Amino acid sequence: MKMNVMGAVSGLALLVSTAAVAEPTAEVLHYWTSGGEAKSVAVLQEEFAANGGTWTDMPVAGGGGDAAGTALRARVLSGNAPTAAQIKGPAIQEWYEEGVLADISAVAEANNWAEVLPASIAGHMKCEGTWCAAPVNVHRVDWIWANAEVLAANGIDMPTTWDEFNAAAAKLQDAGIIPLAHGGQAWQDATVFEAVALGILGAEGYHKAFVDLDTDTLTSDSMKAVFDQMRTMRGYVDSNFSGRDWNLATAMVMNGEAAFQIMGDWAKGEFMAAGQVPGEDFLCISTPGEGFLYNVDSFAMFDVGGDDKKEGQALLAELVVGKNFQEVFNLNKGSIPARTDVALDAFDSCAHLSAADMAASNEGGSLLPSYAHGMALRGAQSGAITDVVTAHFNSDMSSDEAVEMLANAIANSL
Amino acid sequence: MTKWLEENTPKLVLAPSFVAVLIFVYGFIAWTAWVSLTRSRLLPKYEIDGFIQYDRLFSSPRWDTAFSNLFVFGFLFIVIAMVLGLILAILLDQNIRTEGAIRTIYLYPMALSMIVTGTAWKWILNPGLGLEATVRGWGFENFTFDWLVNPDMAIYTVVIAAIWQSSGFVMALFLAGLRSVDTEIIRAAQVDGIPTWRVYTAIIIPAMAPIFLSAFIVLSHLAIKSFDLVIALTGGGPGYATDLPATYMYAMAFSRGDIGQAASSAMIMMLVVFAIIVPYLYSELRSKDG
Amino acid sequence: MADMSYTPTQTGSSAGKIALRWGLYIMLGLFALFYLMPLFVMVTTSFKSLEEIRTGDLISLPREFTFDAWQTAWSGACTGIQCEGVRPYFWNSVLIAIPAVLLSTLIGALNGYVVAQWRFKGANLFFALMLFGCFIPFQVVLLPMARMLGLMGLAGTIPGLIFVHVIYGLGFTTLFFRNYYVSIPAELTKAAKVDGAGFFRIFWSIFLPLSLPIIVVTIIWQFTQIWNDFLFGVSFSQAGTQPVTVALNNIVNSTTGIKAYNVDMAAAIIAALPTLFVYVVAGKYFVRGLTAGSVKG
Repeated sequence: MKMNVMGAVSGLALLVSTAAVAEPTAEVLHYWTSGGEAKSVAVLQEEFAANGGTWTDMPVAGGGGDAAGTALRARVLSGNAPTAAQIKGPAIQEWYEEGVLADISAVAEANNWAEVLPASIAGHMKCEGTWCAAPVNVHRVDWIWANAEVLAANGIDMPTTWDEFNAAAAKLQDAGIIPLAHGGQAWQDATVFEAVALGILGAEGYHKAFVDLDTDTLTSDSMKAVFDQMRTMRGYVDSNFSGRDWNLATAMVMNGEAAFQIMGDWAKGEFMAAGQVPGEDFLCISTPGEGFLYNVDSFAMFDVGGDDKKEGQALLAELVVGKNFQEVFNLNKGSIPARTDVALDAFDSCAHLSAADMAASNEGGSLLPSYAHGMALRGAQSGAITDVVTAHFNSDMSSDEAVEMLANAIANSL
Repeated sequence: MTKWLEENTPKLVLAPSFVAVLIFVYGFIAWTAWVSLTRSRLLPKYEIDGFIQYDRLFSSPRWDTAFSNLFVFGFLFIVIAMVLGLILAILLDQNIRTEGAIRTIYLYPMALSMIVTGTAWKWILNPGLGLEATVRGWGFENFTFDWLVNPDMAIYTVVIAAIWQSSGFVMALFLAGLRSVDTEIIRAAQVDGIPTWRVYTAIIIPAMAPIFLSAFIVLSHLAIKSFDLVIALTGGGPGYATDLPATYMYAMAFSRGDIGQAASSAMIMMLVVFAIIVPYLYSELRSKDG
Repeated sequence: MADMSYTPTQTGSSAGKIALRWGLYIMLGLFALFYLMPLFVMVTTSFKSLEEIRTGDLISLPREFTFDAWQTAWSGACTGIQCEGVRPYFWNSVLIAIPAVLLSTLIGALNGYVVAQWRFKGANLFFALMLFGCFIPFQVVLLPMARMLGLMGLAGTIPGLIFVHVIYGLGFTTLFFRNYYVSIPAELTKAAKVDGAGFFRIFWSIFLPLSLPIIVVTIIWQFTQIWNDFLFGVSFSQAGTQPVTVALNNIVNSTTGIKAYNVDMAAAIIAALPTLFVYVVAGKYFVRGLTAGSVKG
């Protein structure tokens, strides 16, 4: 049974030739359901409508897109694929290989995406040379967020090495403050882990370990040091952390119960929503070490019949990467625009830092995909790593055991 | 023609269900078996590649945890829910004035899905927010109830929530059983001066053997399918300490894009079901046909 | 705990009897508290303001009652970009659940009637196959079912969801009716046949009128299963046909932004009201139906 129902007809020719005939429609499957995100999607919908399109919303929340993934798979198999769906990272190429994605190169070339997107991010949007997805934003994952008042009261500066971080944490712990606000969910454990790994392995080591899956790096002493640091950090977490949602951990930093949180910049949205000001009430700094771990949300278009839908896809792709949406959406979401030519005047200081670091690390070759957020590896591999990371963090496993388990898990997942 | 129709009406009535079951249950099981022999990733593929998925499954520590959890969870859940259900049914069968209301209270959890009650349970079991914090607030500073966040104990919180949800149903089954035991025998036994507890253990409970079986079937069905429960309560954590085969399979199929692996785990689940249900079916149908 | 199962009516003095009676009621009361605890937390939280939830104790009564959360949950909470609460999804669920419950009950009744009363070679095999089907984990069938629905042209539609629920409900409905009808003497059918009544005639005028208790049990069971279903609902729906559990999930499981716990709880209770209502109103018949039916199975 091949995917013949979907029909692997290239959409390109039709897309161009039927322009201006049909009214664009789009059914969009996404998992942006919370307040700020939904507001951001609403912006897109309005723009879509203003250009004569009809938008049908199909939100499915939960599990960082797991439930949406279930719905998407069922719909593709039933030959009833949505017009567009929120998919990111190597999953885009996986879907492409199944022969179900539409080609949006016409839009991309007409709008000059190759010029305005950083090369490594553009790479994620391409499948065998054609454009197959439209990027929405760039989240940075390797951030430390801190409560400014708590740090000042304890005479602590933002740490720039993991040793400094440990020293600060020990001091805070003595002062009766929870050093690290953390939620014990597998993906949050993985988020901290990759930030630590970037710091200890360096950009090159990170790439070898989590992009190339190089066994020597995965079992190296540096990797053991990463697990050692994780074990140390486990001591800085309060005893109720299991299963806590990340935003509740952020709230602990906001109200001074805890000092630091290691989390992507969606956490900034929480601080901002509570009326806090970056640089005054809360501080942001990249986690120790060179590099920038990105998590890019994107929309992929499915190969669907009907001129109205193809029109809708072209319009959607154009708007998503358009300057206006990139600015408005990312102001709401805490991330920065994927395109590099959007003026950042309206953005806050953390976003400025993020954008500057992205440009610098793009130059220096340390702009790296986040493994924890499904940007570096396919699901089976990244999942296998996360299983080990979370098992280690939530038990008394030694670093030697963890490294061995990691190598086995990777081998078993290929 | 009409005669044929008349004779075969029963078969014709069953036919659509028969076909449906063949396709949608057994066809799909066959499909899963097939896929479990392939290297299917994001979407199913159909090139057979041997038992690689089973090798992977059995060398996965996470599957080990999930599979042994099924037995820990299943055993405790079924036994406790049955015992509790029986006790509640006996207590409620003592001419309780407010029986209707109490019965409804015991039974209502069955009406709710865990998506609905998950958050409430999470709060109650969370040491910092729920029961532990409340009892400590009453002045018992040393009271500890932190199973939810303890990797070795978390599976028991899943058991608690599962029992909460299903024991009322078991109670209803047993209550129905108690009401249908022949009252004459009981009265005769009481006249003979046999103590009440003996009446229960020697007469009433043995008479309810079929109920135990029904309850066992319903509960094992719930245990094997337990999914929402874990997702809502622990999300499989801490770590993957509370993973069950159903959640393992779901994670593989839908968040990892590893459908071959998911199919192999599904086949193992199906074998477990088979091992439970076939003896039941055998005894049930043989005794009826004579 | 085992000694609580003694019947206190036979032994001891009247003072002892009263003490036992009290003990009995206290036991029952404690269990009632255990069962009510989550509902209590949900209901009280839904009437609190967000401010109070943030600052107060979770397990306490609201200081001041507010119905805002209920209002929001019903018609204002955002699930994605639409802020219409759970209301539209609620009606989808009604449109799915009612036909699916009725159809699966009717087919189950006919199946059970045949298997129990019109034995023919292979009837037991059919029943065994059916019963095994009850145990198939639903995660297994999602993908092949999606494909089938696509081939049948039912993908993403309410009839598609009804179809799925009927198919996977048949095992249990057949089981219930078969166990119920098997206790009705075969002579009844024989006598009716001698009188010249046909298959449907006997079902309609003899068996159906006897079936009220088991119909109630089956309907309660099926309604609970179908109304509470999330997995099929999320997989086989599209925009416009999503059931209330999917909407509830969208409200409750949004992981970013400020969590409106009071709205979450109110939405959860609204989503659960129909099943709660059925249990409260029909719970009596439920026990009665079980008494009449599955006991003898």
